[in-house]
Amino acid sequence: MNKIKRALGILWFLLAPAVIYFLVDRAIVHIDPAGKKDINNPVIWIIIIGIFTPIAVGLMIFGWFAIKGEYDHLPESSEELN
Amino acid sequence: MKPSTIRSVITASSVGTMIEWYDFYIFGMLAKTISTQFFPEGNATAALLSTLAIFAAGFIVRPFGALVFGRLGDLIGRKYTFLLTLVLMGGSTFLIGLVPGYKTIGIAAPLLVLLLRLIQGLALGGEYGGAATYVAEHSPAHKRGFYTSWIQTTATLGLFVALGVIMLVKLNMPDASFNAEWGGWRYPFWISVLLVAISVYIRLKMSESPLFSKLKDEGKTSVNPLKESFRHKANFKMVLMALFGAVMGQGVIWYTGQFYAQSFLENSCKIGFEQSRTIMLWAILFATPFFVFWGWLSDRTGRKWIMMAGMLLAILTYRPIFNTFLDDTAISGHTIEMPGGSSRIIKSDTLFTKTDGIKILQQRVTSGSSNNILFKQKSTDTLVMAEGSILYPPLSAAGITDFSKIPFMLKKDARPVISEKTVPASTYWKFVGLVFLLILYVTMVYGPIAAFLVEIFPTRIRYTSMSLPYHIGNGVFGGLVPFIGLLLTTTFPADPLVGLWYPIGIAALCFIIGSIYLTNKIDENVDD
Repeated sequence: MNKIKRALGILWFLLAPAVIYFLVDRAIVHIDPAGKKDINNPVIWIIIIGIFTPIAVGLMIFGWFAIKGEYDHLPESSEELN
Repeated sequence: MKPSTIRSVITASSVGTMIEWYDFYIFGMLAKTISTQFFPEGNATAALLSTLAIFAAGFIVRPFGALVFGRLGDLIGRKYTFLLTLVLMGGSTFLIGLVPGYKTIGIAAPLLVLLLRLIQGLALGGEYGGAATYVAEHSPAHKRGFYTSWIQTTATLGLFVALGVIMLVKLNMPDASFNAEWGGWRYPFWISVLLVAISVYIRLKMSESPLFSKLKDEGKTSVNPLKESFRHKANFKMVLMALFGAVMGQGVIWYTGQFYAQSFLENSCKIGFEQSRTIMLWAILFATPFFVFWGWLSDRTGRKWIMMAGMLLAILTYRPIFNTFLDDTAISGHTIEMPGGSSRIIKSDTLFTKTDGIKILQQRVTSGSSNNILFKQKSTDTLVMAEGSILYPPLSAAGITDFSKIPFMLKKDARPVISEKTVPASTYWKFVGLVFLLILYVTMVYGPIAAFLVEIFPTRIRYTSMSLPYHIGNGVFGGLVPFIGLLLTTTFPADPLVGLWYPIGIAALCFIIGSIYLTNKIDENVDD
């Protein structure tokens, strides 16, 4: 199981920049000041990309931790978290 | 601990949290009226403020509130922090109900509403972590899932109460009175102050969490909860695991079951206001006890696989369920392009208006389809001199036989807009059953999650550590369901169910991460 955890870490690590690329790409396609739908609104895209970027970075860090084997053993008491 | 004490703890926490959800929901449910009153169309600044009020309050402010109040809860205690969030939420809701409309005070109206809405988001971000932590820290290990699951019912009960209050007010007055500047839409906001006063009174009588009090007496509380939560690798990796392996999927399933379903019934299936809401109300009523059931079961079997099973069921059945909603509300025996169809016309009303020499024809027809769905259709078109044009439904069906009085014909076929469908009883209860299933999945992923999150983190930084992933999962991932749904629908218009791929995809990702990385072991000792 630990091998699977580490191997999938690569996927999580690569997925994060792909998500950001997708969002930026879709924003460029859909932003239209003349449009009336939410997806044409640049403010919404700025909010969404702004809030999703740190989350995607979190996914990269999660992937990195997984690759490094940080999740091979999960803590069993709070002592291990200090 | 005495059973009466734990009952008081659960009641104090649950009632307050339910009221916070009620306060948060009524703004969203009354968004259309609120936008007319505070954010008029055609004003760019008001439109910007409206966008911020809707999006920023959910996406940015909620996780930020989790950080602010989570930190406070780990520094000064759970009791006073979630008392503060309750007062902030209730106060800002009541004040939204008192803000005069745009017509009266101009741009100050949307600015005030935005400010109050942001305070609401901030308060909501701090409430849940406090309530869940407070109850869990009073609970024995073998009943932690059961006791905290009562907190999990609050988000759904808040929705139930908000729906009920709005329906009660709306159905007891004409639309014009409800939508007026000082009309009925403000009542749900004013009612909030009574609910909050009762809840504050109950919470004031409660004592601090015993685990937090013990830490405080021993001088072991955290000095910097934010740093300990997110800059210590050992704890931060657990925050990430909780977010990507559990809360992210829970957030999208919760949002899809309780909000997207209602929006889909109303906007995609065109079911009328009363039926779409009562379908939700019945389903919520029947499904809510299952929050407690799954919480209870998780004390016996572990939390992980109940949550994963809920996600898997949602992944496998979302498309068939939503497809049934579409199929069963399709008007059979009625083809828009074919005048006359086989649907029977129950009531028809044709209106001609003449402005600047242009004749406008408007037909409003109530029809019944061969599959017993009643629906309204409205056609509006400009009349010009032309030959060979046709009206649908035919004017003869509307009782107009003297065509000599109509010297114009339609420029093109007037395609009717169908709305306010009323489905027959059998379909109605079938939909209640299907929405019940959607909310059952919510209860599976949501019922055990408070106990799951509490057990991951140590007491000294528990409020901070569990609040942030919870509000990112629910506020950001869950809150984006309608926006990403719209994005997908616009990008791939051929598939009316394409919007579901977002919750399905996120739930699938979370299911894989959760199944592989999470443990099913219950942490007996949360005192450390």
